Parts: sequence; structure tokens; C-alpha cells
Amino acid sequence: MTSLIRPDGPAKLTGRATYAADTQVPDVVYAALAPATVPFGRVVEVNLKAALDAPGVIEAYDHTNFVPMVAMQAPMLGHSVIPLQQDKIHYDGQPIALVLAETLEQAQHAAQLVTATYADTGTPLMFDQAEDIGPGGPQWIPLDAVKGDHQAGLAAADKTITAAYTTSDRHHSAIEPSATIAWWEGEEVVLHSSVQAAAMAQPVVATAFGVPAEHVRVICPFVGGGFGSKGYVWPHLLLAAAAAKASGRAVKLVMTRAQMFSLSGHQPATAHEVTLAATNDGKLTAVRHYGVNAAARVGQYYEATTSASTWLYDSPNIEVHNRIREVDRPQPTPMRAPMEGMGQFALESAVDELAHELGIDPVEFRIRNEPAVNPMDGKPFSQRSLVECLRQGAAKFGWADRKPGMRDGNDLIGWGVAVSTMPAFRMPSSARVRVGSDGHVVVETGMQEIGSGLPGMVQLVAGEVLGVDPADVEVRHGDSSFPPHSGTVGSISTGALGSAVQAAATEVLEKLQAQPGDQLGAMVDAAGLEFVDAEARWAPDEASGGYSIQTYGAVFAEVRVDEDLGLVRVPRIVAVYSAGRIINQLAARSQMSGGIIWGLGQALLEKSVMEPTMGRFLSRNLAGYVVPVNADIGSIDVSFVDEADRIASPVGAKGIGELGATGVSAAIANAVFHATGRRVRDLPIRIHDLL
Amino acid sequence: MSSHHTEQTTLTVNGEVRSFPVDPRTTLVDALRERLGLTGTKKGCDRGECGACTVLLDGKRVLSCMMLAVAAEGASITTIEGLSAEGELHPVQRAFHVNDAFQCGFCTPGQVLSAVACIQEGHAGSPEEIKEWMSGNICRCAAYPQIVAAVTEASVQ
Repeated sequence: MTSLIRPDGPAKLTGRATYAADTQVPDVVYAALAPATVPFGRVVEVNLKAALDAPGVIEAYDHTNFVPMVAMQAPMLGHSVIPLQQDKIHYDGQPIALVLAETLEQAQHAAQLVTATYADTGTPLMFDQAEDIGPGGPQWIPLDAVKGDHQAGLAAADKTITAAYTTSDRHHSAIEPSATIAWWEGEEVVLHSSVQAAAMAQPVVATAFGVPAEHVRVICPFVGGGFGSKGYVWPHLLLAAAAAKASGRAVKLVMTRAQMFSLSGHQPATAHEVTLAATNDGKLTAVRHYGVNAAARVGQYYEATTSASTWLYDSPNIEVHNRIREVDRPQPTPMRAPMEGMGQFALESAVDELAHELGIDPVEFRIRNEPAVNPMDGKPFSQRSLVECLRQGAAKFGWADRKPGMRDGNDLIGWGVAVSTMPAFRMPSSARVRVGSDGHVVVETGMQEIGSGLPGMVQLVAGEVLGVDPADVEVRHGDSSFPPHSGTVGSISTGALGSAVQAAATEVLEKLQAQPGDQLGAMVDAAGLEFVDAEARWAPDEASGGYSIQTYGAVFAEVRVDEDLGLVRVPRIVAVYSAGRIINQLAARSQMSGGIIWGLGQALLEKSVMEPTMGRFLSRNLAGYVVPVNADIGSIDVSFVDEADRIASPVGAKGIGELGATGVSAAIANAVFHATGRRVRDLPIRIHDLL
Repeated sequence: MSSHHTEQTTLTVNGEVRSFPVDPRTTLVDALRERLGLTGTKKGCDRGECGACTVLLDGKRVLSCMMLAVAAEGASITTIEGLSAEGELHPVQRAFHVNDAFQCGFCTPGQVLSAVACIQEGHAGSPEEIKEWMSGNICRCAAYPQIVAAVTEASVQ
């Protein structure tokens, strides 16, 4: 495993890295939004007069005078209803007006002067009031999967547990608020926008305005954190582009922190029921996982939270079901970690409960139920070293010394374990590699750097294939005019982009008839050329479809619970991962450690409260919606099994961005049970749960 | 366009005297970013919760979103652009780089300036102390252990 410090480090550390809202554009004007203040209904009239009369205001728009746009289904739109197109209100916070002014202060002030009257509104439906339904339309992960006979599995068991678990509404809370600066040059539009996928933004904007995709240029080299909130296309892109079209000016629209809670998606609350049955010797006979998530009324957003229950443990009888509840709220969207980020809390808590009932060590219980092939569909695993993760993690953590009743003064001490897993999503990516006659190597890709360290990964792969120093590879990224990358989403990037770079660099060597380490510049020069280049696209091949491809890990957590105050601290976490080839160990460790802290936030801090009469998130700020800070974090020990999964991708890598945030909340909840005897089945675990 | 009120304001930013008309409502972060083109200072929440907009004001760390530009009149401000000479890194920036103490980089200018002040204040005596005194700067990528390592390393230089 190699390590490389970030090539974009100096730019980020000195403030020279340009994020969307940092782009300097001459004569830019500022946009500000006015939000709807009802959970659903119809806007009867928007009064723009006071805003139009305010100093510095250039123009104000509502649904009666704005540029018409053509919507697409969600996704790729975050919400398939584009604001300022019609009078219907779908959620609190939906923009009802946009004001343009010469300065930011003037735009924000004028937007506050917009008033509106509403009709056909009422009391919003809440998550715990709605009925479970199966969303219609095509499902890329089936709603239901069944193998064997659940009742027969229960009949064959000595012990059965059934328990209900919930996770809370959460917000991505990237520190960079979403932003777009847009202007038109004739029929072409340029957008500097904070997006995780320029390749998704481009076709959506093109469709909205009825222009060819090549007339839309999306530029975004750096994203100031996304975690899913900038994956699909949210209103700021379209509203900024439309306001630019209407006004003929370059328009800058930066979301306020409060608007990020309504206009960039959120992780929906989920509820689960898990039944596990086993024989006295700890062999599972039945696994059943039922999961349901909150969804907006439009779009039927679906979190496949039960997927891992189909592949994690061997059992003759397995069934999973997913449903949604349509409620009045802003649209949810994937958030680190989607699916298993929530589902693993339920499944891995239930496994701990059953192991405890059986009197079997929870590490040993998992090893006894390790499947040889995917237990649902019988496909071989491309690579799965979960047992090794469990054994290595247990040894590093000192798990053998685990005993009940551990304490230190007033602190009750507990140790818990859980498994991390994510499906390995795979999507196409492309890159162009160019070697100049001076030996200079340039890689170009539409990829957004979001913090995962992709420029360094590209340097390492190109350097390895060409036999050059990675530091001598220049990586240009984040422009839709470069070869497209599907998006810095779904943990796809290293496997996909790494494989594209590997293929393009290999093709350059073939063109030069060179070996790695040859003097490539001299060979280009000798051929009388200025440069030799190759563009390659990678997409998953059919042969790999015969395999079950996931990432895995084992997380061990120690908690200390103040016996009188119920306060939970997490002094140490040890995690070992089986996630394919780790190309840059330094960046990968940061990625996993960050993911673990996301899991800690889910376990102990993050809960957004939906106000039940207004249908809005109550705290739309980072004081009321609490995320982990430095003082919350103890020691985190991350390591990887040294392996490469060439079935998943030619470069051997699988994604890790989401993996780290799975399993952690269950490990912490299981440790809390070990410390206190209290089984908390609703996240986050709060002080009053333990008093 | 209607007329609007501005105040002539003079700030010393990174050793340079900058005089410009500013709407009295303008916060220091917006003046730096939107008027002076110093976009290294980031705006994450605009209400003093995240720390991304941290700058040094007469050597002390302040949240530039919680201060009006006119209130900084006469003060000496250091932003991330002024922490080190072009092409060089301050010891804190170097320590952040080698310890991988950032990911997306958006909170990083604020973290770095907060770390410089944290060390100068004498609040970098132990990892526990650093964690406490660096908790006003949220890193959603959660590079917290690496930040503690970087501040520790820089504090002994």
C-alpha cells in the first residue's frame, strides 16, 4: 500500500483552492430567495412590491414572471418540482421568489420584504402517522427479496428475537453551503457550481432550458464537502441559471445555512423490525428485516436499508422488505452512509441481542455464520475478508479481555462490536492522459475533488503505469469539458476513475511502444510529436455481474458512561476493513476515520426535529442540529486488509467513502448495552435513555 | 437603481491598508470575500456556529461573520492569504499537510488560523487541551484526530 500527501494541500491550506462561491466574475449580481412558510398548499399571491422598491434591487421574480424550465424525474433532479414554475407548494422552504440586487446585503434584505398569501394548506402528516406503502416505478434495488420459508426457520430455532429500531432525520451539513454563479453567452450557459457530479448537472440544466448538453459548461474543481447533498441537482443551479437568462447578468446564488436544511436533501428517519432466529450452537435459521423510510409526497424517495441483511450472514431462510411513508416535508436524498448506514444499526444491534441471548461471544457468533457464497442469490463473492477483519480487529482491540461489569471510578465501561458493509456501486468514468515531449504528464477528468483525495489517487495510478514520479503528474479536474466522470457519489470514484486512468496511461505506453520507466518525453520528441495522448472510458463489464461485490469491515468501540449523568464518551475505536486495493493509504485512513466520526454523530448526537404543526425542521442551524466537534473524538485506529479486488475494477479498488459510516452506531449501542445493561434501539442515544 | 447608504471604511488586511465604501450592514467576512476578493476566508453558517470564517484580528482569532466590517476599522486583520509568503507554508500549514489534517479543505483556512491562535494562546499543551480549544471549528469531513496531531506537531516547532 502506497501513501502520498495531498497534491492539492498547498492550495487548500493557503486559501487558493477555488470553490464555487470563490469564483471572481466581473459585474456579478446577487440573488436571494424567499421561502414558502407552509408545509403544503398553494400560493395565492406573492407580493414583490416592497422588494422591488428596496435600494439596489434589479428585478424580482415569482412563479408568474420567471423563465419556464422543463423538469426531469428525481433523480437526477433532487426534487422533481422546480421552484418558481407554478403556484403549488410541496414543502416548507420551497422558494416562492427570487430577488436580484447589486450587492449581497441588498438582495438578502429585499428577499425578506417578500410576502405571500397561501391557500389549501393544513396540518402536515408526520412520519409516525403515515401508512407504509411500496413506492411505484422501477426499483434499482428490489423492494422485497425472499429465500426459503421464514416460518420454517423460526420452527427450527432454539432462540428467536424480534425488535424494533429507529434512526433519526439527519442533515449532511457540509461546511460549504451550495452555491452557483451562472451566466449566459448567447445560447450557452456557464455555471460555477458546488456539485458532486458535473456529469449529472450538465444534462439536467440542458433539459431545463432546452439546449444541447454541450452548450452547458459546469465547472467545479473543489467541493467543500457534499456527503450526498450535492449529488443530485438542487434548485440553486437552475434558479441561478434562469435568473441569469432573465436578467442578462452573471448571477451569484449562495444558499444560506438555513436553506441547506430544505433545499439540498436530508437523510430521512427510518424504522425497522428485525427478527433473527438461531439454534443453541449459534447457527442462524431465519433472518427477516423490514425497513421503512420517510419520503416526500413527490418522488417516492426510497432507502434500501435492508440490503445487507441479504448478504451478511448465512441462513437457509432470509427475507427483506422495504417500504416508504409519504409525508409533507422537503425531499430526502442519499447521505453518508445511505442504505446500510441506517440498516446496519438495526441488523447489527439485533445480532448482538441474539448472541447475548445465546451466551455466545458476538465476534464468534458472526464467524459461525460467515457464508461461503452470497446467501440470497448464491453468487460467489468477488472478495470478502470479513472474518480476517473480525479476528485482526479483536486482537488489536484486546477483545479477549472483555468482561461484564468493567468500570473506572464513576464511568461504566462497555465494549461493543459490529460489522460494516456497503454494496460496491460501480459507474462509468473516463480520463485523458497526455505525455508531452518535455516529459510532462497531464491527466484530465471531469471529476470533482471533494476531500477523498482523488487527485493524489490519479497521480499514483498514472505514475505507476507510466513509471514516473507521481508528483510529476499534473491532474486537471472539475470541468464538464474534460472526459466525464459519473460523479463523486456512491463511493464509486477510486475504482472507476482509477481504472480509466490506468487504461488511458496503458494506451499511451502502447502508442509509444514504451515500457514503464522509459524516457517517455524523449520518445515523444524522437517521434517528432509535441505530445502523445489517449482517452479511456471504464464501465463495469458483464463478467463481473456474476459476482457479489461489497466492502466489509469490523468496528470495535469502547464507551464510558457516567453512571450518574448518563453521558456517553467513546475513548477508542478500532476498525479493520476489507475494501479492495487501498491506493493511497494516508488519504484512505482519513476517509475511514472521518466515516467513523460520522457514525459516532449518528449514534450520539444527530437528530433533526420535525415541527409537527408547521412541517419544518425546527433547528435549521449548526447550533440546534449538533454534529461532532474535536472534543467529542477519542482514539481511532484504522487499518486495512492488504488485498486487491480485480473483479470489482481493473485497478483493484472498491469505494470506501460510505463504508466507514456503517456499523459504527451499532458498535457504540452494543458497547452501551455492555456497559449499562440498557439496550437503546432508537438513535441517537441520549442522556435520558441512560438515566 | 435607488440610492443607498455606504460608509468609507479603512481596514488593514495582511499588512495592506484597504479603503473602500461599504454598506454598514456588511459583515467582515462578506467585505473580505465580496469587496476585497479575499475568498480564502470561507462562510459556512454566517452565524458564528462553524468557525470557517475565522481570521486573526490584532493577533486574536475572531469569527468574521459575527463582526461588521465597520467595527474592524483601524484593526489589523490577517487572513489565510496573509499567513505565509506566496509559495511558502507557515509551520502550522506544513503540519496540517503532512498529517493529512483536512479533506475537502473548506473549513481548513479557519482551522489553520484557529490553530495558530491556539498555539499562541498557550492552549496547545496536550491533546486534550487542543481538542477543547479547537472545538469552535467544525470539520464535517471530521479530520479531528489529524488536526490534533498537526497542532501538537506545530506547537513544538
